[in-house]
Amino acid sequence: MKENINSWKDLPIGGIVDEPGTAMAYKTGDWRTLRPIHNSEKCINCLACWIYCPDSAIILKDGKVESIDLEHCKGCGICAHECPPKVKAIEMVDEADFR
Amino acid sequence: MGKTRVARTGNEAMAEAIRQINPDVVAAYPITPATEVMQIFATYVADGLVDTELVPTESEHSAMSAAIGAQVAGARTMTATSSQGLALMYEMLYIAAGLRLPLIMAEVNRALSAPINIHCDHGDTMGGRDAGWIQIFSENSQEAYDNLIQAVRIAEHSDVLLPIMVTTDGFIISHAMEDIDIYSDGEVRDFIGTYKPLQPALDYKKPITVGSIDFVDYYFEHRRALAQAMSNAKNAILEVGREFGSKFGQEYGFYEAYKLDDAEVAMVCLGSTAGTGKDAVDNLRKRGIKAGLLKVRVFRPFPAEELAARLKDVPQICVLDRSDALAATGGPLYAELLAAMFEDRADHTVINRIYGLGGRDIKVGEIEELLSSQVSAAAGGKSIDRIGYLGVRE
Amino acid sequence: MGELIEIRWHGRGGQGAKTAALLLADAALGEGKHIQAFPEYGPERMGAPVQAFNRISEEPIRLHCQVTNPSIVVVLDPTLVGSVNVVAGLPEDGIILINTAETPAAVRERLSIKGLKVFTVDASGIAKEKIGRDVPNTPMMGALIKVTNLLDFTKMLEDNKKKLTKKFRNKPEVIAGNLEAIETAYREVKSE
Repeated sequence: MKENINSWKDLPIGGIVDEPGTAMAYKTGDWRTLRPIHNSEKCINCLACWIYCPDSAIILKDGKVESIDLEHCKGCGICAHECPPKVKAIEMVDEADFR
Repeated sequence: MGKTRVARTGNEAMAEAIRQINPDVVAAYPITPATEVMQIFATYVADGLVDTELVPTESEHSAMSAAIGAQVAGARTMTATSSQGLALMYEMLYIAAGLRLPLIMAEVNRALSAPINIHCDHGDTMGGRDAGWIQIFSENSQEAYDNLIQAVRIAEHSDVLLPIMVTTDGFIISHAMEDIDIYSDGEVRDFIGTYKPLQPALDYKKPITVGSIDFVDYYFEHRRALAQAMSNAKNAILEVGREFGSKFGQEYGFYEAYKLDDAEVAMVCLGSTAGTGKDAVDNLRKRGIKAGLLKVRVFRPFPAEELAARLKDVPQICVLDRSDALAATGGPLYAELLAAMFEDRADHTVINRIYGLGGRDIKVGEIEELLSSQVSAAAGGKSIDRIGYLGVRE
Repeated sequence: MGELIEIRWHGRGGQGAKTAALLLADAALGEGKHIQAFPEYGPERMGAPVQAFNRISEEPIRLHCQVTNPSIVVVLDPTLVGSVNVVAGLPEDGIILINTAETPAAVRERLSIKGLKVFTVDASGIAKEKIGRDVPNTPMMGALIKVTNLLDFTKMLEDNKKKLTKKFRNKPEVIAGNLEAIETAYREVKSE
């Protein structure tokens, strides 16, 4: 992603975004009012959270949930909702407690 | 150089040009009087004379959408339409321009409803004049053919990359057979060259996003770049017109000036009326009135400075508009020309007559009468209506 | 033929008035002339009175207005005479050529035509005999050339032969019939 484009003359023609994966550069973590806390001890790694997360913010390692990408997580809570009721490995807590 | 003199209607001439251009994709929906263009072209597709993927759609909105998709994918794409069909494309016209797609359209000028009318006026094309499309008007079948060939080069010019519509007058040109010179397939194909899309979306090694949203922070910059492309089109049009002249014999510019150098009165118009106007000019000159004519070929980009400079020494000017802007200030050609001429502040009288709506005929005698009455009003110090209608039952 | 010649064709929708104008233009083009051919613009309706037009000139033709004062009128369907003003806009010395078995004098009297040069030819009769169908437009071409000297007849016939051969490669009888019809009409057209 080109940074600091000041003039219209420097823009790609036709308003195209000329490289893939640019959503990475768009940090949406600060939209969050609730923060998901992942408990790896309770987690059964069914990956329902990973499937449903609209921001691809569930980070896996070796097929297991490793962490949550807080730079992009908007705190929607879908992961906590989709986590099986008997597992409840993700808890949504007030973001304000971390600021 | 292989020129062949043949008899062709405007629609046949445009279909012939499209065959020679051999576009990758054509997407269209039929509408009178443009239907024939695609009807004829479809026979070329069926006969295997072209490599084109012809996409018949269920509406003009879809036709333009499909054309946009094809062009985004990297295909040289064309379409044809008229009147309500063009109107149904309006939403997509802006998108084609904003995405900077060098789409090519054969547009056959026809009046807009209501009332329903299938005949010629320029109301349909004028509705798309602020959409970011280059607009070129043709006086006859020959120009329709020549313009469509040049359109490819103008639209795809690296400084431009804008969609382009080449128009003919419905029925008057589209359905009238005239003698025209056509060039060999090889020469036309050499002239237009191969299309090299800037960044085709189907290049999976270089993924891109097309049609994304701009917030307040970028929209203006993208539109500014679009405006610049339209400015750049001016040079490209001249460059391509000159090269066309050196290759095929007839050079093209922004306008054609006919007996304008010593003119005391000049008519300014678009399209087929220019031909009739030239006969009127000759008749007036036989009667001792120094008449002239300026045919505007390129309406978008509007060659304001060039037109104003060419008319600088003509005291009496009559702008004939084949559409009504319904702005209570006359027609679109008049408004733009008047604005262009305001800069030089010379002592002109510029009047406007809206004529020919819905195919109403304009005769040589009517033009003669109009121009001569303007000259005699000026000579007698009488005032003349600035804006009016010609050929309507008052 | 130095100046611009304007021709109006009268027929009924589906009868070939437009085709006749196109054929004539094509033949004139074959002789190096500048041409226009166009129908009366509008929805096409089988049987309704229709018109088609030609302009033929040695000079390039720039006019794009309608033809309102032709010097030649051709009427393909005799039943139009009387219901359509076929002489409208013709000058005093204009030519009118009508497809009918009647004589020019009889037509002139029935329609009280003043001035003009009136010609008739039974193009429908000729077409039925030679082509086997009532397609008067090709024989009318022959008659038109006889009465106007618009084109070189032999060249026109050759030109037509070429085009018909191309179009009816598998139907040689159609080609011969059409050419005979043109020649017969050329011979049989009646003047006053």
